[in-house]
Order: sequence, then structure tokens, then C-alpha cells
Amino acid sequence: MEFLNSFILITNYIIIPGLTYGSQLALGALGITIVYTVLRFSNFAHGEFMSFGTMSTILLTWVFIDSNIKFGTFPTAIIALPFSIIFTIIYCLLVDKFVFKFYRQQKSKSVISLIVSIGVMFFTGGLIRFIIGPGDKNFMDGERFILKAKDFKMLTGLDEGLTIKSTQGVTIILTILLVILLFWFLNKTKTGKSMRAYSDNHELALLSGINPEKIVLITWIITGTLACIAGTLYGLDKSYKPFTYLHLVLPIFAAAIVGGVGNPIGAIIGGFVISFSELLITFAYKKFFFYILPDNFLPDRLLQILSTDYKIAVSFIILVLVLLIKPTGIYKGKIIE
Amino acid sequence: MLDKQHIILLFLSMFILIAFVGFFQSWNLALTIFNLCIISSIMSLGINIQWGNAGIVNFGVMGFAALGGLANIIVSMPPTAKVWDAGAIYILIGMIIFILSIIFSILVWSKSGLSKKKKYIINFLLIILGYFLMRYIIDPPIRAIEAIEPAKTGYLGGLDLPVIISWPIGGLLAALIAYVIGKISLGLRSDYLAIATLGISEIIIYILKNEDWLSRGVKNVNGLPRPVPYEIDLQSEPWVLELTKFFNIPVSEISSIIVKLSYSCIFLLILIGILFLLEIAQKSPWGRMMRAIRDNEVSANAMGKDIKTRHLQVFVIGSAIIGIAGAMLTTLDGQFTPVTYQPLRFTFLIWIMVIIGGSGNNFGSIIGGFLIWFFWVQSEPLGLWFISQTTAYISDTNIIKSHLLENAAHIRLMFMGMILLITLRFAPKGLIPEVKR
Repeated sequence: MEFLNSFILITNYIIIPGLTYGSQLALGALGITIVYTVLRFSNFAHGEFMSFGTMSTILLTWVFIDSNIKFGTFPTAIIALPFSIIFTIIYCLLVDKFVFKFYRQQKSKSVISLIVSIGVMFFTGGLIRFIIGPGDKNFMDGERFILKAKDFKMLTGLDEGLTIKSTQGVTIILTILLVILLFWFLNKTKTGKSMRAYSDNHELALLSGINPEKIVLITWIITGTLACIAGTLYGLDKSYKPFTYLHLVLPIFAAAIVGGVGNPIGAIIGGFVISFSELLITFAYKKFFFYILPDNFLPDRLLQILSTDYKIAVSFIILVLVLLIKPTGIYKGKIIE
Repeated sequence: MLDKQHIILLFLSMFILIAFVGFFQSWNLALTIFNLCIISSIMSLGINIQWGNAGIVNFGVMGFAALGGLANIIVSMPPTAKVWDAGAIYILIGMIIFILSIIFSILVWSKSGLSKKKKYIINFLLIILGYFLMRYIIDPPIRAIEAIEPAKTGYLGGLDLPVIISWPIGGLLAALIAYVIGKISLGLRSDYLAIATLGISEIIIYILKNEDWLSRGVKNVNGLPRPVPYEIDLQSEPWVLELTKFFNIPVSEISSIIVKLSYSCIFLLILIGILFLLEIAQKSPWGRMMRAIRDNEVSANAMGKDIKTRHLQVFVIGSAIIGIAGAMLTTLDGQFTPVTYQPLRFTFLIWIMVIIGGSGNNFGSIIGGFLIWFFWVQSEPLGLWFISQTTAYISDTNIIKSHLLENAAHIRLMFMGMILLITLRFAPKGLIPEVKR
């Protein structure tokens, strides 16, 4: 019984939040990785693309709620999502046409494209704040919980409660679906294969008749979709504030690099590595040991490795450590000069 | 010759812009902008020597500036009473133990002939052991120190020295940290270096925000001493009253103008000093060598230049300059507030300054610093004016209009992004291009 209680405690405070946050990071990291391998630069504007997607979802959600369109007990944002994905893709394509295309044709160094992406980040960030304002927006509606702590306690008779928010459920399920779809596309379809060929070797791919413009178009479609979904899920789960998305870029980069930039599987693994280590390192283990250890062995401290204030800093620490020890990441990623 | 005229013209128009603010808004505001312009220019000089001369991407400006700010506290605040009774010495001991464990693990890594797997395990254990030992030693004294009058102090305090000493100390502190960062991360490729430095600077800010015993964290340190007189003291001086009569403006305004002017004089002296040194460095064989390394690492290496050491050198120098500017900024503010350190304002904005001014040219960085800071501050009223002009025909009760007016301040982010993108596209060399030598 005591053991079960401690297990539920860990599930409630680490496993489920870890899976949720990890999924959000993984989707973001996938977007960064794909841009990095195909277009060959680190896209600092990705966080703002996510923010743009979330903003479109919020605006559409408001429209839907106003016209009484609802999606059962699910959040209305889910039906707004397909439309906001289209908006995000259009925005990404416009940015590419007016900004990134030039540097691609010039064959600029990747550092220059990186600095260009900072310009895009500033512009997009300003545009978003201009349209929706800098304040907090909560656009979660519908049923809040799949499982409530009280119901769980009643059901099982345990002391520890287990809560699953519906946003957490939606995030995890949507991520699994999306990842399956993405890998099917990359590995099984002809376009996906040509995209991989292009990212491996530009010249060789051109020689074998692959149309680079089409590859770029598909890259931005995938990136826009991933960014919009990742941003919306994060916004649903926490709450939407343009400012936080700027700070999300770094954990996402951390996830991509920890897993190995340029490797989609690495990006997913990296997302979960980051999210779980954030939670594991800042979790106060006192209550956990309260269930496991006999009373007289119980320590009087919180048993926290780092205080919760350092939660996000953990991802930066891991990022720096990985860069120093194994810059190629867990799965050997691509290194582009 | 054309070059010199070009530079002089640019600086002249910049001063005219600031003078405009003086005439149409207020001289107080104009001087505030001017002082911050100087600090921004010094920071962009620091980035320029790294990026423009050596091609190093340092996205850690925010961290080094904050370290400069920390130097202000350490140097100039009065020491808190009873910290030694609370066991401040144990904090030092704990830190030394942790650093020793890191040094020891580095030794194990590089010297011993163990297999790689064993090295990983031993290093991991060593650092974990060191960390927990440190926490065990420093946690009780930290709690004791933070409990000393938490509303007023609750931190170590400083050395009670004149605040101006903190500027070089801030530079030294930044240089020291930059040495450690550079030593471990300069081998990385440019993208990774950018992300690593950004991450490290965020870690620095997190530490300053949360280690209350060191910097009071989010409770801020207020009332830092000043190198210039206080307005309140000036207001009773006879010569100030004389000036008040002469210019016919209120005494509160003239005293604050005098304070700001004296800051401007000190800052200008430092700016000119740093510029002078950097110009000499750029013209010297050392500068030529740095540019050679930037343009072609392989051939510079073949000529026998030690690229790693040179990169480390320039990284430390540039970061020290940023540290000095950061210390000056905190002194000017009169308080240390860790939450104000945002990468957008401290890292990316400085980068925009360098790129727009012209990477590789010191004068360019200065004009970039002036111009971008000026528009960063002034684009808020400009944006408001622009929107109220374009929406003049819409009635005031319109929701869209009021929404636009409300969010007009955010135009400045869009504006900065646009300037950066346009410069990179159409004039990638910036306002004052690098001199071909």
C-alpha cells in the first residue's frame, strides 16, 4: 500500500507532467531540427512561430466561442487548430519568401542566417504583441480534468490522489499521432525520402532531379504545423503569454541539441530528457520517502537537489554539459559547417 | 578622407537628434538617453571586438552585464553586520570544496589512464559528492544570513568602497567568468557557441535571482552609492541657485541635469578611453592577426598562430568591456534588479547595434549603439504618434483603434526587427563599414 502511494505520488508529480512538457518540447525541437537539417541554420525565431500559431488559435477560439461552435467536452481550441495551422504555415512561407530565401540563394554562412532569424524573432514578437497584446490569455474551456484527485482516492482508497488534466491527455495523444505521421512521411513517402536525401547532400539531390523549392516548401509546411501545435498545446496547458515563448526557445534548443541536432528521434528523446530532468532535479523527495522509509529514518529537510526556482535553469545546465561533453548529442546528429 | 567625413556627419546627425529631444521634450530626457547611449555603445564595442574582429558569436552579453552589476554590490554596499557570526566563512569553505571537486575531476579526466567509462563514473561521483558536501556546509549559514533583517539586508553586503572602483572590478569579474566559459566552450562551432553562451548567461541570471545571500535576489539591492553628488545636496548649493536664476528653470530640474551631465562626462571619458585602446589594438599586429584568424582559420593556423588562445584572449577582453559597461549601468540606475536582465534587451539589442553600425568598425559600433538605443526609447512615442495619425479618421470609441493605441508601444520590436533585416539584406556592412587595411 505504502509503495503504491509513493508510486502514485511520482506519477502525479513527475511522470504525467514530464510526459506533457516533454511532448511540447519534443514537438518544438522537431521543428528546429528539421529547419536545421534541411535549411541549415539555427532558427531562433521558432519560439515566435509557436507564439504566432498560438495567437491564431486563440483568436479563432474566440470567434468559435462567440458563434457557439463547441467541440463537446474538449477544448474549443482543438477545432480552431487546423485553421491556425494554415495561418502559421502561410506566415512561415511569407517569412521565407521575403527573408530567408535571399540568404539561401546567396549561400550565406549559417551564422548570418542565425542573425537574420533574430531579426525575424524581433519582428514576429512585435507583431504578436501588437495584435494580441502582451498580457496573459487563458483560452482553455471544456472539461478541465480527465481524472480528479478526489475521484481517484474514492476509487482506489489510496491516500495519494492522481489528477490528469484534459490538456495533458490531449497533449500526449496528439503528440503520439503527430510523431507517427511525421515518421511515416519521412520514411515511407517519396517526398519524405527526397527531403532526407536533400538534407544529406544538397548537390547530389539536385543532380538526381529533386526540386529544391518543393523541398523548402514542404519543410516550412512541416515546421509551421509543428510550431503551431506545440505552441497551442503549451498555451493550453500553462497559459499564453507572448513573453514566455521567447524564453521557451532555449529549452527547445536544449532538447534538440541534447538529442542530437538533425535527428528527429533525437529531438523527441531530447525533449523528454530535458523535461524529466527538470522535474526530477527540482522535486522535493521528502513525501516520497515518507511513504517508503520507516518514521525514525525520516530526514527533516525537503530533500531537493535544486530549489524549484531553478527549474528552467536545469535545462540550460544540461544543454551546456552536453555541448561540452558530447556536442553531437545522444543520437549522433549532423554537424554543418 | 571621405570616410572621415562620413563618420563625422553620422555623429553630428546623432547629436542633432538628441538635441531635438532636448528642445522638444526635455533636456532631462535627452541626457538620460545620451547616458544610456554611451553605455550601449561600450557594450557594443565589447561585442564588436569579438564578432567584428575575431568572428566569435557571444550571446552572453546579458550575463556579463549582470556580473558587472553584481560588482557594484560587492564593492560599494556597506557590509551587513553579524554575517561573520552567521558563518559567512563556511560559504567560502563550501564553495572551495566544490571547486576542488571540479578541479580534481578535471585532473582525473585528463591525467589518469582509466577507460572512458570509468572516467565518466568517477567524474560523476566526484562532482555529486562535492555538490552535496557543499550544500551540507553552506545551507545552514545561508539560511542564517538570509534571516538577518530580511526586509532590509539579508545578504552578505559589500566592502563599502567608492562605487567607481566597482567598474574595473566588474570588468575583472566578467573577465574571470569569461575565461572559464571561453576555456570550456570556445571549441564549439559558431551556432553552438551562440546557444551555449546564451544558456550560460541565463544560468548566471538565475543564480543572481535566487541566491539571496549574494545579491538579495528578486528583492533587489537599492540605494547603491553614487560617484556624483545627490540632487538634494545640490539644491542648497549657492552656485546651483545662481544657475536656476540664470536659466529660469526650477531648481529640481537643474539639479538633476547637473547630476546627469556629470555622469555623461565620466562615461564619455571611459568611452573615449576604451575606443582609443581598441583602435590601437585593431591597428596593431595583434589586430591584423585576429582578422587573419577570422577570415581563414586554417591558413592562420598554418602560419603558426595559436587560434584557441587568441580566441580566448579576445573573448575575455570583449566580455570585460561588457562587464565594465554593465557595472556603469547599475551605478547609473542606483539599484541592482536581477529581473530586468532580459536577453531581448541586453543580448539581442546589442547585437543589432553592432550589425547596424557595421561589424568590424569601432566607430560603427558606437554610432550603432547611439542610434539603436535612441530609437529603442523613442519608437514608443513615435509609434503612438504614427498610429494616432493613421487612425485619425476613425472615431475614438472604435474598439480596433483603442486596441491599436494600447499596443502601439510594441511597434518598437517590429521596428527593430525591420531595421535589422533591411540592414542585413541591403547594407550588410552596416552604416560605417569595416576599414580595408
